[in-house]
Order: sequence, then structure tokens, then C-alpha cells
Amino acid sequence: MIASKRRRIWVRSMLGAAAAAALMGSALAQETLKIGLLATLEGPFAVPGQDSMRGADLALKEKNGMAGGKKIEFIKLSSDATPDKAVASTRKAVEQDKVPIMIGPLSGDEGIAVKNYAKTQPGVTFINGSSGAQAATWGDPAPNFYRFNTEGAQWMVGLGEHALGKGYKKVFLVAEDYGFPYSQVQGFMASYCAKGGKVVDKAWVPLGTKDYSSVIARMPKDIDAVLVVLGGSDAVNFLTQYEQAGGNKPMIGGSITVDQTVLNYKGKRRESLLGTASAGPMADSIDTPEWKKFVAEYKAAFKDGFPSPSLFAYLYYINTKAALDALDAVKGDLSNGQKAYREALQKTNFVGPAGPVKIDQNRNGVGTTYITEVTKAADGSFYNKVVKTVPDITQTLGLSEAEFKKMGLGSRDVPDCRK
Amino acid sequence: MSAAHWRRAMNGQTVRSPRPAAVPRPAVVEVAADPYAHSDAPRWLKSLWSRLSARHVLVLLGVLVYPAVASPFFTYQIGAQSLALGLIALSLTLLGGYGGMVSLAQMSVAGMAGYLVAILGTSTATAISLAWPWWLAVAFAIVLAVVFATLIGWLSVRTEGIYTIMITLAIGVAFFYLAQQNYTLFNGHQGFNQVFAPAVAGVEFRQPVPFYYLTLACALAGYGFVKLLVRAPFGVALQGIRDNPRRMRALGYHVTAHRVATYAAAGLLAAVGGVLITWYNNRISPGSMGIGVMINILVIAVLGGMKHPIGAFIGAIVFVLLQNFAIDLLGTDFRERFNLVIGGVFLLIVLFSPDGLLGLWAKLRSRFGPRSPIANQRRQP
Repeated sequence: MIASKRRRIWVRSMLGAAAAAALMGSALAQETLKIGLLATLEGPFAVPGQDSMRGADLALKEKNGMAGGKKIEFIKLSSDATPDKAVASTRKAVEQDKVPIMIGPLSGDEGIAVKNYAKTQPGVTFINGSSGAQAATWGDPAPNFYRFNTEGAQWMVGLGEHALGKGYKKVFLVAEDYGFPYSQVQGFMASYCAKGGKVVDKAWVPLGTKDYSSVIARMPKDIDAVLVVLGGSDAVNFLTQYEQAGGNKPMIGGSITVDQTVLNYKGKRRESLLGTASAGPMADSIDTPEWKKFVAEYKAAFKDGFPSPSLFAYLYYINTKAALDALDAVKGDLSNGQKAYREALQKTNFVGPAGPVKIDQNRNGVGTTYITEVTKAADGSFYNKVVKTVPDITQTLGLSEAEFKKMGLGSRDVPDCRK
Repeated sequence: MSAAHWRRAMNGQTVRSPRPAAVPRPAVVEVAADPYAHSDAPRWLKSLWSRLSARHVLVLLGVLVYPAVASPFFTYQIGAQSLALGLIALSLTLLGGYGGMVSLAQMSVAGMAGYLVAILGTSTATAISLAWPWWLAVAFAIVLAVVFATLIGWLSVRTEGIYTIMITLAIGVAFFYLAQQNYTLFNGHQGFNQVFAPAVAGVEFRQPVPFYYLTLACALAGYGFVKLLVRAPFGVALQGIRDNPRRMRALGYHVTAHRVATYAAAGLLAAVGGVLITWYNNRISPGSMGIGVMINILVIAVLGGMKHPIGAFIGAIVFVLLQNFAIDLLGTDFRERFNLVIGGVFLLIVLFSPDGLLGLWAKLRSRFGPRSPIANQRRQP
């Protein structure tokens, strides 16, 4: 047992020595700094995971692969979207590959697990990838875990007022039953309920639900709209069955609900999709030079990429850019427990592709949310048109810290405004 | 002569026949009138002593000094994880290799134990966790998980071969979805966070080195348990049932009860492994015992070889090393294809040696090693 282990270690060290010898030439020319980069390259989020890597690569490419006077090398790692695997890969990068900076992970529960691990490694700086769980920075944050993007609840702020503005006073909720939709629903309801809206009932369905007939049967007649916080194929399944059951209420969507699969929906109610409101930290149709430059660069760099960068590419891009900019600011100085580097991270403030990027005292992003509505383009295709931007959204969703604490983090029953 | 007499007579012969050669004073064994003239422990120790060989001592020394030479990463993520996973795979080796019942639900038993530790002990889900002292939570978790394993066994022993695999797969998947969708007890998709190994007498078992020794102690105990069990009358009868259940039934053995009891014994190993792996991850959620993980346990057992209890641990080491380092073997452009390496290695091993790495070792030894047919015959599975 141990002999085989030792032999493997021996073989590995020989391989390592050979690789090191091969790298000597370039290593002599300039110092290399390793940064761990974790995304889901396997499992249900493998495709978004690949696009995440593109986002991070793009941020490095803009700097010609250099930051703080050093050549940057990404140690790419994979997870299968389970927290166990995310922590295992992170631990390998930190303890085995000895990276001083770690970027990732992709999904919410992974983020919480990595944050908990970060507490045991105070010498390493952890920067979020695209994880959007509130608890990663709220309640019990790790002093060395930074998240430059906003999270699931922040992405929905402003949509509540927008829905009220459209005359939707009573809505019925259909959402998947896990952490991310909880946050999204809280972001919507925090302002919606405060301004007098009612969420008459909530239907939490398991991820990947195919049959919505019981949910549709539960929907009361006197609602004004349906709030649908489902992703990808779940949203299309719901839409089809709702139409077949004769449903005719307008829809409000979550941040990942109204994507290309929904926009390309071919059913009879296709026209009724027009005007469907949703919200998120970015939108394909943002009309600013920064966004257009980002899209152009993405398209030029990745021929095999998507037609336009996905949410994940965008989030990994801003987090990686923040990490590299701060390295530049301190000229690559990571000494003294990375004190100077972390101060530089805290001071981060740049205009990203979709608005300013900065963080609060809990090291969570304060940013812009885009409210969009489905609109018909000149060629007849549907797209999400930006109708409103809500700047400077904090993690307390515009409430004071005490009020937010009183409400607690989003869950199946929080918040609640039935009557 | 009653069936019980038969059984005793049979077992007596099978177990004792190899012993006279090993025990220094064979005359003592022959005295059937008073087999308990000596106290049990010394005899047990003596037989253990006679079985120990140089490689046992070497391996034992190796695993004991391992944390001293390895980094915390290698101690914790490679060493401790391999031992904990190996313990769960060992339960499958006992069931599959010695009992002929391949169960995919061993990870579910482990998951049940892990969940119970979280539910009865402490975690971040304070509304559910009962915050019992750790030893009480662990004791209840293991006992209840063994009951769960017994129930699985009771249900699945009515089937054979591929049907056992199917029914245990069904049970595992059902338990996965139960945990995923139940919020009052299993806390749904999120599961339980910050389920830490306890601190006992000033030793923080969360730390890599103490945790390694904890898993090592459990793994050695599990290994010894299986080694003893398969040589005991129970284990010999079990192997008889594996090879010819009909004949064993004709001899008066209660085949079903024997099999269910094996599920319970294997459940004990899986439960201990489950508690360890939960402490290792500091958390448990449905994903920790999903279909992929259930199959991983089978992969580990097959990879190592099911003919000897050590196979489970060898398989686990190879599996964990591949999981961790396959991604480094590929160039930067192909990094996301690292699963190809893992799959390829598994395929190669199974292709060239149906008995896993142990079979490969035996093949190499029979080809290049010294030939001693008599010693080989003694070495039965």
C-alpha cells in the first residue's frame, strides 16, 4: 500500500522535475505567479463552466498574461458542482500546488463550502467565481473571501417595483427548491411586499421537474401574473404545460429564466412572451461602449464560444480582472500575509462591462441590476431589452442592516406576504 | 444429527484444518475435550502472530509514519480520504467478494450514518440538529445505519445477480431523492454544513494528522474484522453460500438469514466509513451520496480487486490519486478532458485484469515470483 503510494510519489516527483527542467528557460526570464482557477468542467454545469474559464482567460489576455510584473499561470481545476468536489479541488490547489490566490467556484452551495474552507487558510486569498449564495459573505463571512459580483437576491432588486408598475398586484410563485431561487425570490419580494404586492402562494418544485400539472391546478384564478424562477428546460416545460392548461397570465422571470431556450419558444403563446420582465446583473442588449467592447473581445478571442458571453463568463471576468488589477496595484507584492494585496482588493473600483465593480465591508459586490423585458427585434426574433438599470445595490437589498437581519436570509418561507 | 450439529462439525473442520501447521503445539488443538483450557486472548494473539509476515509489518510501519513524511495535503486529502472511502468499498468487498451480493446501496448506508451524525449532532442547521454529544450521536448513527443496512439486505436477498444490483440501485436512488426533497429531517438540497469531527482529550480530530490516525485506526479495525470474519465459521459458510446456495441449504444452513446478517456486518463497515467521510468533508448533502458516488464505490472495489480485503484500500488509493492528479497530466489546452484519463486508466486495469489491481499483482507474481504451490494453495480467498 504505502510502497505503491511512495512509488507514485517518486514517479510524480520525477515527472515534476522533468517538467520543471523544461520550464527553466522561461522561468529564468521572468517570475511566474500561479493562480488557482476553479469552475465546473464536469456534471450539469459543464457548459457554463467552460464559458467561465473563457471569462477568466479573457481578463488575463487583456493584460497580455502579466500582472504585478509577473507572468500569471492559471492552475485550472474542475468541480462537478457539488460542494465536496469544489473543496477537494480548492484544497489541492492551495495545499499541493501552493497557489497564493484562488479564483472560484461557480455555483452557490460550492461558494459557501469554499468560504468555510477559506477560514482554515488565512494566508491565501480566495476570490469568488460566479457563486451567488447570500450566505457566502453574509452572517459568517471569511476575512479572506472576496466576491466582486453581486448575488442572487441583489440581481432581482427593482423587479418588484417594476412588476407593481405594470399593475401586477398579486402573483403566484413557481420556483426550484434550492438556495439560488430562495435568494432570487427574496430579492424580488423584499421590495414587492414592502410596496403592497402580494405573493399569494409559493410552489417549490424539485430541480428538473417535468410535470407541472399539480402546480398549475393550484394556481388561483384572481392572480395578475406568475413569478417563474426556473432555469433552462424547467422553464420551457412549465411554459408549455401552462399554455396547454389554458393559462393566460403574464410571466415575470428570474435571472436565469428568460434565456435563449425560452426566447426561442415556438408555442402558440409565443406572442404572449412579449413584455415578460426579468432582472439580472447583465443583459445581452446593454448599450454601453464598455459592454460592446467586452462582447467584441470575447468573440474575437473564442471562436468556439457562445454568440455572446454568458452570465458566467461575465462574472468570472470581473472577479479575475479585480484580482489581477489589485496585483498590478501592489506590483505583485504578496508579502506580510498578503496585507497590501488585500487592501488593494478592498479599494477595487473600476467600470466593468456592465457597470461599476466595487465591494462592501463584508467583501461582497455592490453593483448594478438590469431590468429587461422581452421585445421583438426587427428580424422577428425575441430578445431581452434593457428597460431600467438600478445602480449601487447592496447586499441588504436597499434595507438597513438591522431591517435585513430581522428579515433573515431567503428560504422557503422567508419572506412571506400572502395576505 | 441436527443441522446445528452438522454446522458445528463442518465449521470445526474447515477452520481448524490449516491451523495445526501454524500453531506451535498442534497437540493442544487436538484435545477436543477442553478447547478453552487456555484463555481466548492469548490464543487469538498467537494465531495473529503466526500470520504476521514481514510485509504486514512493513505496511503497518509505512502507514504509521506516513503523516511524518507527507504534507498535510497528502495526509488528509489523499491518505485519510482513501482510507475512509476504502472502508466503504471494503463493505462492498465483504458483500460482493465473499457473499456474492453486489450492492450499490453501500454509499446510501454510509450516507445514512453521515446524515444521522449531522442530525443528532451539531451543524449549521440548528433548527434540525439536536446537538447531542458526539459519542452519543455517533453511536446512534452507526446503530441506525446498521438497521437501515439490514432492512436493505432483508429486501434485496430475495434477488440474485443483476437483480440485486438493480434493487439496491433503486433503494440508493430513492434515498437520494428522499434526502433531496425532505426538509423537515434531511434539510433538502443544502444538507448540513460544518459537521466537524470532535475534539477528544485535547486532540482536535479535525486536524489532518489526528484525523488520518482516526481513519487509519478504523480502517485497520475494519480490515481485521473482515479478515477474521471470513475465516470464522460464519464467513466460511458465507463463501459456501456464495458458491452453492442450494447445497448449503441442503446442509441445513439458513441461507437468507446468513445473507441478511452479512448485510448487517457490511453495514457496520459502511456506517463507520460514512461517519468518517462526513467528518472529512465537514458536511453532507444529497450530492455526497448521489448516483455518481454510489458507482464510485463499486469502481473502487472492482479496481482494487474483490478477492482480498486489501483490494478495497488499494483501489481507493488509486482512485483518489487519479481524481486529484489526472487533471495535471494533460496540457493546458486539454485540461477539461481529464475525465478521459480517469476513464482510460480504469478501462485498462479492468481490461488487463478482471480481478483488479490485486489480480494484476497475482499475475505478475505467478509469472516472475518464486513458485511455491503449497503456499499458494493455502492462500484461499
